Amino acid sequence: MTASILPLVLDKLCFNARGERLIHDLTATLHGGTRTILLGPNGAGKSLTLRLAHGLLSPSSGSVRWEGSSAQAAHERQAMVFQRPVMLRRSAAANVDYALSLRGIGRRARRPLVEEALARAGLGDMAKRSARVLSAGEQQRLALARAWAVNPEVLFLDEPTANLDPAATRAVEEMIAAIHESGATIIMTTHDLGQARRVADEILFLHRGHLMEQMTAETFFARPQSAEAQAFLKGDLLW
Amino acid sequence: MNDFHDAFIEAFSLIFDLDADLVEIINLSLKITFSGVALSALIGLPLGAAAALLRFPGRGTVVVLLNALMGLPPVVVGLVVYLLLSRAGPFGVLGLLFTPTAMIIAQCFLITPIIAALTRQTTADLWDEYSDQLRSLGATPARAVPTLLFDARVTLLTTILAGFGRAFGEVGAVMLVGGNIAHSTRVMTTAIALETSKGDLPLALGLGMILLLLSLVINGGAYVLGDMARRKLK
Repeated sequence: MTASILPLVLDKLCFNARGERLIHDLTATLHGGTRTILLGPNGAGKSLTLRLAHGLLSPSSGSVRWEGSSAQAAHERQAMVFQRPVMLRRSAAANVDYALSLRGIGRRARRPLVEEALARAGLGDMAKRSARVLSAGEQQRLALARAWAVNPEVLFLDEPTANLDPAATRAVEEMIAAIHESGATIIMTTHDLGQARRVADEILFLHRGHLMEQMTAETFFARPQSAEAQAFLKGDLLW
Repeated sequence: MNDFHDAFIEAFSLIFDLDADLVEIINLSLKITFSGVALSALIGLPLGAAAALLRFPGRGTVVVLLNALMGLPPVVVGLVVYLLLSRAGPFGVLGLLFTPTAMIIAQCFLITPIIAALTRQTTADLWDEYSDQLRSLGATPARAVPTLLFDARVTLLTTILAGFGRAFGEVGAVMLVGGNIAHSTRVMTTAIALETSKGDLPLALGLGMILLLLSLVINGGAYVLGDMARRKLK
């Protein structure tokens, strides 16, 4: 068992683009085992925060710290699924195989892992199909399978169901639940309140680049502290 | 008009007689062009992809330079390679001037920028789509380059064909460094130039038609291949 890379500490994170500050002094500690939802309206800075945490963006100031290991080693224990699944122009199986090969797993060892990953996504009989002819829901499940295959300790999900219909959303949420049960920590963004209620153990509520609240989902939905969160929960339009 | 009539007859008789000299010329043309294009692809494809995804100071200059080099005048390239390979030149000791190898080198100078510039364009678009995902998966730039090239393979086939077209029909550079020596460095294009200047227009036109025909066949084959791959992919 390798040592955990959690908790993740975001320390006074700031992010500027084109002279504008998009993330303001965001400080939070995220512990292992939970499903954390970054909640907020569009433009709140949810995706940016996720990308900063995953290392796809560098903070303008402040820091992202993982427990113990180097940034490089910590990155290898993470995976991310994007709003629009990025499918490599090859078969479904080859998409999973590629991710595994990047983790340095030998060709022979990869084959059963690919099969298992596709089966877990219910895509077993589509292994040889080009990933790009799959439906949007199947593509997102394949993206999840690819992320799951590398056995991440932390899985980032950026609005994974924003482009999907209810049936596909349900399939994706079931996969997320299964990945969580297998031991991964889930850190996910959504602007969908219903989804937040279904999935979250913990809520980070963001508004205009500020972290307004961090609390358990139960408390957040029962007694939100900030006026913005109260308005968001009531269904008022926030921007 | 008579010239064209005669040319058709000449071309047909050339093809059906399977004239030994003609076969030799066609063979050499194909050999030089394929070698030149293969070598250029080997250099140009990774170079183009690297220029697309690496961010380094002076990158803009490299891109402009590559694009400008696409339009290199063949005669100038021929002259430069000639100077490099001539007895007094830095590579004179190799004795390559007026050999097929010299012609391949000249074509490589001509085509590598074309392949690299077009590859950069194609892979830059693909990198926009892929970069977050590949970086998330932990791909280093060295690893991302072959990934981009593989995933852009259908479009890159057209890129390589563009290089092929340029090389196959090119006359100025191969004339200068090859010398159009019969049975040694004479290719389709230099033969056409020679026959035209000798006044044997039907033979020149006949050779021209064969050149066109070969180009059509090769492009057609590549189109079918590309279409099959595209249909399989999406």
